[in-house]
Amino acid sequence: MKRLQTSGFRTLAALLPLVVGGTPAAAQKEESWVIENARIHTLVEGAAPIESGSILIREGRIVEIGADVTAPAGATVVDASGLDVYPGMMDSVSQLGLTEIGAISATVDTTELGEMNPHLKAATAIHPSSEHLPVARANGITHAVVAPGRLGGFGGGGAGISGQASIVHLDGWTVEEMDINASAGMVLTWPTLSTRSFNRATFRAERRSFREAKEEYDRQVAELGEVLDAARRYDAAGEAGPRERDIRLAALGPVVRGEIPFLILAQGEREIRAAVAFTKEQQVKMILLGGNEAWKAKDLLAESNIPVILGPTQRLPGEEDDPYDRPFTTPGELHDAGVTVAFATFGSSNSRLLPYEAGHAVGYGLPQEAAVRAITVVPAQLFGLAEDFGTLEEGKVANLIVVNGDPLEIQTEVEHVFVNGVPVSLDNRHLSLYEKYRSRPERER
Amino acid sequence: MRKTTAVLTLALAAAPFAAAPAQETVIENATVLTGTGETISPGAVLIRDGKIAEVGASVNVPDRAEVIDASGMFVMPGIIDAHSHIAAESINEGSVAVSSMTGTGDVVDPYDVNIYRELAGGVTTSNILHGSANPIGGLNVVIKHRWGADATGLVLEGAPPGIKFALGENPKRSRGMPAGVEPRYPATRMGVQDVIRQAFLEAEAYRQEFADYEAAKARGERVLPPRRDMKLEPLVEILEGKRLVHAHCYRQDEILQLLRLAEEFGFQIATLQHVLEGYKVANEIAAHGAGASTFSDWWAYKVEAYDAIPYNAALMTERGILVSINSDSAEEARHLNQEAAKTVKWGGMTEEQALKMITINPAIQLGIDDRVGSIEVGKDADLAVFDRHPLSIYAVNQMTFVDGKMLFSREKDQAMREAMAAERAELEEKLTREDDAERDPGIRGGFRRGPGEGVRR
Repeated sequence: MKRLQTSGFRTLAALLPLVVGGTPAAAQKEESWVIENARIHTLVEGAAPIESGSILIREGRIVEIGADVTAPAGATVVDASGLDVYPGMMDSVSQLGLTEIGAISATVDTTELGEMNPHLKAATAIHPSSEHLPVARANGITHAVVAPGRLGGFGGGGAGISGQASIVHLDGWTVEEMDINASAGMVLTWPTLSTRSFNRATFRAERRSFREAKEEYDRQVAELGEVLDAARRYDAAGEAGPRERDIRLAALGPVVRGEIPFLILAQGEREIRAAVAFTKEQQVKMILLGGNEAWKAKDLLAESNIPVILGPTQRLPGEEDDPYDRPFTTPGELHDAGVTVAFATFGSSNSRLLPYEAGHAVGYGLPQEAAVRAITVVPAQLFGLAEDFGTLEEGKVANLIVVNGDPLEIQTEVEHVFVNGVPVSLDNRHLSLYEKYRSRPERER
Repeated sequence: MRKTTAVLTLALAAAPFAAAPAQETVIENATVLTGTGETISPGAVLIRDGKIAEVGASVNVPDRAEVIDASGMFVMPGIIDAHSHIAAESINEGSVAVSSMTGTGDVVDPYDVNIYRELAGGVTTSNILHGSANPIGGLNVVIKHRWGADATGLVLEGAPPGIKFALGENPKRSRGMPAGVEPRYPATRMGVQDVIRQAFLEAEAYRQEFADYEAAKARGERVLPPRRDMKLEPLVEILEGKRLVHAHCYRQDEILQLLRLAEEFGFQIATLQHVLEGYKVANEIAAHGAGASTFSDWWAYKVEAYDAIPYNAALMTERGILVSINSDSAEEARHLNQEAAKTVKWGGMTEEQALKMITINPAIQLGIDDRVGSIEVGKDADLAVFDRHPLSIYAVNQMTFVDGKMLFSREKDQAMREAMAAERAELEEKLTREDDAERDPGIRGGFRRGPGEGVRR
């Protein structure tokens, strides 16, 4: 029986025995791992943590979990005495793998030209060796939704359908190995009715009349409706006869059939209400993204059963006379109103901050347990993955983290990360650079 | 025990020439994190006339004092942000490569709501810097978050003057410029170095001109004084060690080159700002004696931030550099306590070291540590009171004191919201109720205005 030692303060040297990366995934599948003596937070509804238990992992899945699990011969044992096990965290909207260096457009593949790109798929352009992935992973993010579009733009411009969001494991030699669901939702940036805009070519703020803005807004919304109508007709025609293939309309098939949701980025109350009315009329599923002013429409969202994937908690209030803590209290307020809430970073390099976006809301009214669920169980449910992800139960995919405390606390260290049933290296660009320059000799004193 | 006002009035009436009695506040039953390495629990602080008068397990409680029971709470020194751009009407004078004739002190905006928002996050002092468009940028101003004070009142009196420098991508303008904007020298890191060197050569010559003039005057010669140059005067002050240089920088090469250039002209860099690759040249920074003020964990937003690591603050500290964590953002500034906590996680700083990075360390870097940065007798009573240990993600700031005055209270803020909502509703109701007859036809789309009304403050 091999035994993995848990490291205290991590160094590369201490990490080396843990690293499994470098072995082909197929070979790893035959191995099994047992995490023992851990406090296991299964996050199963209503279940208390298992104070001292074990988890047996084989072929990518949790095979056994509980207080009495015997490690089979040949299993690699991870002693997690004094440590806590949680389901791996899921960033509900990110751009991981689509962008490397924000200011260098050659490294950015988030946003295609044009307003109507339902046939484009994030998974096509996810770079498996992006340095951002191991950085996120090292802080406990095990899988993520990767969404195309100008999501960080939050509001201004970029209206339209930017493509399909893909859900991936944050580990794998290829995007196929990382795949969880390449087509998990259709990203739509709702048009904003704004008389102010920013011309990126001239770097100037521009104004236009309300009538002009309203005309453009109405045109954009009408076009969306027309495209969905066309998609519905295209879908209904089915195999009825020979026809010209239209991959744009075909891509909207799962949306109009209600198989995948529209992921609608909308911040203002007016846009949120309009998007809700639109999806009701079109009878398509909707998950709201961003939702800065979702609190103003919380009753509508609750009664319409529309979940919200909130943009960063750590942002400034939208209006000068908003309470200073407006973004901090929104998650708790929505939760209290019965709206399903998940957190997301909408980013890439900052995906590791996911637990803090959730944690920050706790001091302002969101129950701690709800905050943890909002980055584990809830996203899995929202994207139809609850059978495989989100909780620690027999039969589920073993995406889990071993930590030395509360996973939302900044000082908590992530000791082990399992992705798709295998322990992954916690090494990353930052740790390597740290180790390299830490070993530089001190100057002569 | 809140009798201050009444007592004050009585005292003034009875003895008009007697000194006003002291304003006293006691915060008791708290855990006091002094910022000097001490944790006093339970602990108390006595504030008198804006200064810290006593700190300890218990303090004298004067009869007149307002007493705040802070059971279960944590009192720490007010947070100091060594890199901020709030409360300024403008930030960048980017049309010239050397803009040392400008300064944020001329454009302080006391109405910027971010002063209050950051106060709510426990921030009491901010270093308001010029932008990073120029190798040598404008002058800075250090403000206290005295919400309600005017532009002059915000300024931290006696804070040593400073100036912004900037290296790398921003001053060489490698990011897209608007169409029609003429290219500006410099466009490379070589050019940035050259611009700074040329400026100091000019400054040396300018200083010599004045020295010659003074010498001639001393000899009794009748000479005309040289023309003053507002661009060069601050540079002369740098040469004479009278002005602090806060240099925006990222990459190890540009950091080293600036240190060498400063040494060539015989001055010291006060702080390297951002300094994301500081960990690569930590030995050299320490030897030069510069401070470092960095982000907790931002990276990859541009090439020169691609080697940024969250261990930077810890690694530089280990090599003997005085390190602070700054925000450079009105948002980030609201949770600098959390940003400091990240140095415990990434690099193993102690909690005490982490707290110092947002209190006494930036105070030393800005040359204001005799006034602020720790809870010590005689210092300004700038305090933040959190409901949990401030390094916890769950900690919420409850009260912020500046000069002994409680300028933020979460309780009062929440009470104020109802009043504001009511006022807003009343105004909205009025707006929708007024019929056309009440409108002044002379002002298109507007309402009747009296003299002076409608003027933007």
